[in-house]
Amino acid sequence: MPPTTAPDAPSAAPVVAPTGVRRPGDLVFAGLARAAGLLILVALAGVAIFLTLEGVPAITAPSERIGADNIVVYVWPLLFGTLLAATLAILVAAPLSIALALVISHYAPRRLARPIGYLIDLLAAVPSVVYGLWGIQFLAPKVYPVYQWLVDNLGWLPFFEGPANGRSILTASLVLAIMAMPIITAICREIFAQTPTLHQEAALALGATRWEMIRMTVFPYSRSGMISAVMLGLGRALGETMAVAMVLSATGVITFNLISSVNPSTIAANIALGFPEASGVKVNVLIFSGLVLFVVTFVVNFLARLIAARGAVKGGR
Amino acid sequence: MAKSIDISDLDIYYGDFLAVQGVNMTIRARSVTAFIGPSGCGKSTFLRSLNRMHEVIPGARVEGKVVVDGQSLYDPGVDPVEVRRQIGMVFQRPNPFPTMSIYENVLAGNRLNSKKMKKAEADDIVERSLRGANLWTEVKDRLSKPGMGLSGGQQQRLCIARAIAVEPQVLLMDEPCSALDPISTAAIEDLIHELKSDYTIVIVTHNMQQAARVSDETGFFNLKATGEPGHLVEFNSTQKMFANPDDPSTEAYISGRFG
Repeated sequence: MPPTTAPDAPSAAPVVAPTGVRRPGDLVFAGLARAAGLLILVALAGVAIFLTLEGVPAITAPSERIGADNIVVYVWPLLFGTLLAATLAILVAAPLSIALALVISHYAPRRLARPIGYLIDLLAAVPSVVYGLWGIQFLAPKVYPVYQWLVDNLGWLPFFEGPANGRSILTASLVLAIMAMPIITAICREIFAQTPTLHQEAALALGATRWEMIRMTVFPYSRSGMISAVMLGLGRALGETMAVAMVLSATGVITFNLISSVNPSTIAANIALGFPEASGVKVNVLIFSGLVLFVVTFVVNFLARLIAARGAVKGGR
Repeated sequence: MAKSIDISDLDIYYGDFLAVQGVNMTIRARSVTAFIGPSGCGKSTFLRSLNRMHEVIPGARVEGKVVVDGQSLYDPGVDPVEVRRQIGMVFQRPNPFPTMSIYENVLAGNRLNSKKMKKAEADDIVERSLRGANLWTEVKDRLSKPGMGLSGGQQQRLCIARAIAVEPQVLLMDEPCSALDPISTAAIEDLIHELKSDYTIVIVTHNMQQAARVSDETGFFNLKATGEPGHLVEFNSTQKMFANPDDPSTEAYISGRFG
């Protein structure tokens, strides 16, 4: 064991300035920090107010202007599509990302782990238009035979009723999954690597295999961080616009048939596709759907915080 | 269940760096063997090579032989996981698992053997191990509380309980008292005396009085010079080491005239 020195030993003395003395540096920094915090709140409030004010007229809009009986009937399929695509994406991305992060932090030799890590980070930098192009030009034709097989063999399941089409919501979800993976992997990797050596060695010294050690120490320690990472990935999947708009063949229905050409659209993609031609109340309708997305993302984030806080390890370091 | 350990021509490396060179010694069963020496002389490294914890550090490796009960630990067919189940370890800083209760902490090693335990059997192991670690009376009413809620000394005894719960052949202790106050230290030292009758104990310590108090035999490690590998200078009965050591540098170190 490398000789560990107590990390908190030397920092004890000069932290607190004597009461009554106001140093200008402290004042400036406190002001800056407060201003930055307020700015975020103001921006968030601004967005919320804009969405609400501009979205409200859609509630009373005439049905022929909305393109549906009323606003709920219009937004509900979009919301359904958004949630379905994002959920599918996370179901694929979360296990893969966590496994990948573990490989990088605990399994791969260091020489290999670093380049893999960089490569994953690079994936995050690819613009979503490129993912969209890739999804429609490469992935859609490639997955078509698989979908065909699913229809032939598992067609009795409502998810795989078909008829098979490459531009289905499942393809869009796969693209979303690949887009969400870098962020989940990067965060998980950082958290896994922070697991105290002390605890990992405790497990190993008891005769744990590497996987048992990970289950005993790394996962409990990283639990809340992993949830946050997955939620950030979910946030990206919920809000992703361009890739979905390009890949998905959307018709605005509610269906669990994942591999056909008849799919629900997502809120973000619908706004992007509909906005250029929208005018008058139609704009309000789109903004209202944006408000719904805003609220959903908010709720998802709050839930994530709640779960993460409940599972937090106290005194883990 | 206590076993002796024979070490011959052991060289320990971190990558290309030779940290400890040419150690030969025999650690007797049912006795306490202490290693003393200045910081960085490789005594902890050597201790960790005895249960193959050394190789957990990337690039770390060992040449030479460590034989426990006729079985060479570094034979190609030997699984390090099996070695560590037989040779327990207690670390410098107490490290109970933060998410587990006191009860679960004690059983952590037994659970790894993944055989199903009956509740009565588990209760029995917990009580026996905690009694063995002199902690039972202090925690018996709060076994379901987290292990991290105990004091430092209690946490360290919990770690000892966890280590002896799997009934190892050997117990390695890497400066087990260096993060503890004198009262907790005394408690642990008493415990070491009691454990001696059942286990082979190897302890690294910076505290020479502690080595003199608890051990039957003592090994003194030192560096030949700065940048040179550490080596075993002298290995003798503790009585002889502290009264009349063979090597002049041992005497210099023990009497405080070091250098």
